[in-house]
Amino acid sequence: MAKLIKDGAFVADDVWTRIDDDAIATEYSLISLDRWTHQQAELQPLASRGKLGLYLNSDQLAEMVAEQCRNFAVIAVDFPKFSDGRGYSTARLLRDQYHYAGDLRAVGDVLIDQLFFMKRVGFSSYALRDDQNEAHALAAFSSFSQPYQAAMDDQRPLFARVSR
Amino acid sequence: MYQYDEYDQQILNERVAQFKSQTERYLAGEIAEDEFLPLRLQNGIYVQRYAPMLRVAIPYGAFTAEQMRALAKVARDYDKGYAHFSTRQNLQFNWPKLEDCPQILADLAKVQMHAVQTSGNCIRNTTTDEYAGVVAEELVDPRPYCEIIRQWSTFHPEFAFLPRKFKIAVNSVPGEDRAATKVHDIGVHIIRNDAGELGYRILVGGGLGRTPIIGETIREFLPEQDLLTYLEAVIRVYNQFGRRDNKYKARIKILTKALGVQRLGELVEAEWNRIKDSAARLTSAELERVKKHFVDPAYATLDNNPAELETAKAENPAFVRWLGRNVRAHKQSGYAVVTLTLKQKGTPPGDVTAEQMEQIATLADEFSFGELRSTHQQNLVLANVEQRQLFTLWQQAKALGLATPTLGLLTDMICCPGGDFCALANAKSIPIADDLQVRFDDLDYLHDLGEIDLNISGCMNACGHHHVGNIGILGVDKKGQEFYQVSLGGNSGERGTASLGKILGPSFSREQLTGVVAKVLDLYVASRHVGESFLETYQRIGHNTFKEAVYGKAD
Repeated sequence: MAKLIKDGAFVADDVWTRIDDDAIATEYSLISLDRWTHQQAELQPLASRGKLGLYLNSDQLAEMVAEQCRNFAVIAVDFPKFSDGRGYSTARLLRDQYHYAGDLRAVGDVLIDQLFFMKRVGFSSYALRDDQNEAHALAAFSSFSQPYQAAMDDQRPLFARVSR
Repeated sequence: MYQYDEYDQQILNERVAQFKSQTERYLAGEIAEDEFLPLRLQNGIYVQRYAPMLRVAIPYGAFTAEQMRALAKVARDYDKGYAHFSTRQNLQFNWPKLEDCPQILADLAKVQMHAVQTSGNCIRNTTTDEYAGVVAEELVDPRPYCEIIRQWSTFHPEFAFLPRKFKIAVNSVPGEDRAATKVHDIGVHIIRNDAGELGYRILVGGGLGRTPIIGETIREFLPEQDLLTYLEAVIRVYNQFGRRDNKYKARIKILTKALGVQRLGELVEAEWNRIKDSAARLTSAELERVKKHFVDPAYATLDNNPAELETAKAENPAFVRWLGRNVRAHKQSGYAVVTLTLKQKGTPPGDVTAEQMEQIATLADEFSFGELRSTHQQNLVLANVEQRQLFTLWQQAKALGLATPTLGLLTDMICCPGGDFCALANAKSIPIADDLQVRFDDLDYLHDLGEIDLNISGCMNACGHHHVGNIGILGVDKKGQEFYQVSLGGNSGERGTASLGKILGPSFSREQLTGVVAKVLDLYVASRHVGESFLETYQRIGHNTFKEAVYGKAD
């Protein structure tokens, strides 16, 4: 089991579960984009109550979800391999272009040394791969105190953030 | 030169600490080999044939005497006493121990140096003209823009795991391109539009490697302050849509070909329109801040062609030859731009010993305001030398073996480390360079031949830029044997329009190769019109004429 980090700490009681397309969607299910596309009418009540989540594969880009993102309390973005960096742009665009305000969760091959970048592009929870050291993981969020770029944690680049 | 402020230094110090922790966790078995790979790559560490290689960044080729001494110390303390300047204006150490790398990087951080993003599938060291800031022909100094790109690309949170490496080059000289911008993922040409406003023409999708492609214009004019948001838009599109299923089809050049530059441009434009007025947009204050770091040094008021220079010329033909080849005009009267060539016979192109590095640092201090540049042709430049001191400098450089008067000539070869060091190579490249140095060592002959780019790569990854050599040599593997394929007619853009070389025919053994190059040169010498360069003759008489000269007439 992956260990979930949220708000700077490990949480033990995560309620969200990814379900297969043929399983019955209940509260706190993470469903596929395909399922949402085909069964939106049936799923809408769950979504409207803030009890439905979405699970995105790494090739399902932000534009494929677009404004629909606001239906979901949680959007999990999969990193099938840590070296597949598409999820960083997906997160950034969901937040920045489509104004997603729910919980954006990195899942899959989530390793310590990606956490700092993930936080910057807009992720808010992280399903850390279970072999990863917990203390190192929490420390990794503060690897750099004043990064150069604008990102989702601070929309100003360094040159606009401080007087240089 | 850009001087770090407290923020730059803090970011670098935090990087050193981060990599130290990563290496400790790796050595303790907490990080798997394949998961450590991108971490070490993004800190410049490859595992080569015999030992790790550490590639230290020299951002846009600019560094100081003090930094050179620090590099020499690393070569002495952690390596075998030498180092290698790469075709990306960087410096490589071939024999450090992985365990030592965190300490090496900590040492280098003290002189504002690092190995950040010198490898891996991320935005690499931005390169530019080695004569930036000192030649009259340039529109503006490109280095501030390179530094701005460096800061923006350093630890960019979204672009650390791109489909493949990503290289940006900047050129600011109209009609000339020493930065080979057309064979980069993004080429930035600093230009003025019809209204006289400063900005950029942006090229995309160039590259060498397995599928060499000349970049195409994606935007004719981009205003000066829009540089970073536009780069961000291009790379965001690439990060999402670039292929990830095949590393040989993962560069943006393949995406550009697949979509067409127009369609790619539309996607980029849509994204850029969304972000161009965000807080990420460059401000004039930030541009001014960075530009202030690249003001001219305190030039003395001097005349051109001083008496000291004229006297020395009159008395010393070898000095005159060096002046003619390795020294070029400076924008400031009384000054000159000097290239120290790292192309001595018997030494791999680009290699320097720790002792030479220290001596070069001394030359920089004495003759050029303590500054140096590295070039993508694997030479070093002293950019601000007083003309009245040229003779003294020449004598000292000559004694150090750094004044071979062959800049731009046949033996000023570009050559990758090849099979002697690199695990990717199909064949050795350094011995080929050596064979050619030995065969073509007659200075009169070399000068008579004139300017020829001869580039050697040990495999199709093309670190030696063979595609854009006027003569390109590529190492290939044929049933476990090393062979060499020859191509002609490539041009990096330094001599007119950039073009890719065409393969001459079946490959040759190492023993045959110098003879083949000789045949090619003989045909050129026999066929050239007065004043015609190798490339011009090649273009006039055609590829097949050369092919016949080498392989004989086809029946």
